[in-house]
Amino acid sequence: MDVAQDQFAIRVHDLVVGFGRQTVLDHLSLDVRRGEILGLVGASGGGKSVLMRTIIGLIPRQGGTIEVMGQPTGGHGRGAATIWGILFQQGALFSSLTVRQNVQFPLRENLVLSQELMDEIAIAKLEMVGLRPQDADKYPAELSGGMTKRVALARALALDPPILFLDEPTSGLDPIAAGDFDVLIKTLQKTLGLTVFMVTHDLASLTTVCDRVAALADGKIVAIGPMRELLQSEHPWVRAYFHGKRSQMLQHEMR
Amino acid sequence: MNHEPLLLATPSGDALNLRPEGRWTAANVVTLETLSRSVGADVDRSRVVTLDMSGVSALDTLGAWVLEKLSRRAAASGKSAEFVGVADHFSGLLDEVRQVNRHAPLPVAAPNPVLARLGDLGKATAGAREDITIFLQMLGALFMALIGVLRRPRSLRLTSLIYQLYRIGWQAIPIIALITFLIGAIIAQQGFFHFRRFGAESYTVDMVGILVLRELGVLIVAIMVAGRSGSAYTAELGSMKMREEIDALSTMGLDPVDVLILPRVAALVIALPILTFIGSIAALYGGGLVAQFYGDMGPAIYIARLHEAISVTHFKVGILKAPFMALVIGIVACSEGLRVKGSAESLGRQTTTSVVKSIFLVIVLDGLFAIFFASIGM
Repeated sequence: MDVAQDQFAIRVHDLVVGFGRQTVLDHLSLDVRRGEILGLVGASGGGKSVLMRTIIGLIPRQGGTIEVMGQPTGGHGRGAATIWGILFQQGALFSSLTVRQNVQFPLRENLVLSQELMDEIAIAKLEMVGLRPQDADKYPAELSGGMTKRVALARALALDPPILFLDEPTSGLDPIAAGDFDVLIKTLQKTLGLTVFMVTHDLASLTTVCDRVAALADGKIVAIGPMRELLQSEHPWVRAYFHGKRSQMLQHEMR
Repeated sequence: MNHEPLLLATPSGDALNLRPEGRWTAANVVTLETLSRSVGADVDRSRVVTLDMSGVSALDTLGAWVLEKLSRRAAASGKSAEFVGVADHFSGLLDEVRQVNRHAPLPVAAPNPVLARLGDLGKATAGAREDITIFLQMLGALFMALIGVLRRPRSLRLTSLIYQLYRIGWQAIPIIALITFLIGAIIAQQGFFHFRRFGAESYTVDMVGILVLRELGVLIVAIMVAGRSGSAYTAELGSMKMREEIDALSTMGLDPVDVLILPRVAALVIALPILTFIGSIAALYGGGLVAQFYGDMGPAIYIARLHEAISVTHFKVGILKAPFMALVIGIVACSEGLRVKGSAESLGRQTTTSVVKSIFLVIVLDGLFAIFFASIGM
């Protein structure tokens, strides 16, 4: 493997995605380094989720290339769960399975292992995301919002994939739960050596956990870099985003 | 490259040195389980177990857990076990794995089978009582809503009513006409085939006429409507309940029974007799076609025989039952829809329950009507 391939977990080049006549992503390029937490911000309806869903192959692209772990996407198919884990905004837990079965699902589908080991791994994952073993036999309908996200995270990490996609991981959580979740992501990222691609609006998450932040506006990445650099950016949309009244208030508090 | 995982066990006296090598990751889980099982006996035999991690080239949660399990197995019997030579980038993961699975799962007490059966019976009884209560509550709520509408006719949701009539009445006509046509044809064919043996072919027309008008027309149509429209009602109301639309309605001071349920049930009560009429005619027509092409009985004779065999009473008996069946289907479908809880599975279960229950009740109701009409001599 050459150095460039080894350095980047995700490489998006010249990506074009649109629906009908409307172009959502317009010749967008973005590189995600291995082992970093990249936050993606953008206007609501501005294509953040579209970008994430295009990378993971849920939306067809009209042009451009996407490489994940040095391989062009589309060829992963069944083994996809070993390449990436995805935390959907609503958790997307399988409602007919218990928490334990949800976490075991990727294991069961991808590996051949004994039930005993599978149970132990599932409990281990649940404990790693901060749940108690007693919660393992609950059904998704019985879980609170924060617990749903944690279970979804445990399921996303079931096979220790190198890349983790998070779609607004802290939305709908109270500030304490959101803070805990941020810490959890940071800890897991360190222990498991994950690359994290996170779509978020949560300024606190951006400041505390993200190594770099990318701003998406007008279908392009208009600014990318550590939070400090983005705050200095001259792009009008980025300025409006980080220097609006709400953001100012938050940043003031944080200082 | 060294990909295949290995586990080298070097016993020296009381001590055992375990040296895992290669990729200890989930992809190699079959090998890992075999390896860890193969050294189990060695671990039990020795007093000091050392896990030399320096040869491991890749490690994930699963691999770390398999190794941690070996070390716990040693530690459990009072021996010492330790990891040495752990690379920096694996130490965090190993530390994390050392924390997990410390609490033994709570033992689940096996229930006494007799008590469990009794418990199930009790639950089923309570469930049946609840079903009846809910049915009566919904009937009462509908009645109150109807009185409200009669007092203030403007409060009737006319648009909604007409839309539901279009959906469950107009759009159902082709499939209902087709099915009843086929049923009528099949009954006539069976009649000709079997009655021919003792020369009673002409009575086939009596059978088709009476059976279709009194029983089969309304029954088949009601069952079709329960499957087609009842299930749709349950699924609709259920997903509205799931997405809190019904709560939104209530908080705006509107009664969901007025807004959602009354138009739906009223549409069923209006549409089912009409569909029954159409269905019965289609069945008689199907019987007539079979009479002509299979029973060698021309249309003129068929109609004349039909005229002799049936009276308005038969027609009345059938059509009178339709609105009651519609009411039962509507109440069951709507109340099951409101019982949907948060999950997709619950929506499916409630929809199934709705269809099964309304078809069952329609048939029971038909039986009760048969007794009733017999006793009043209709």
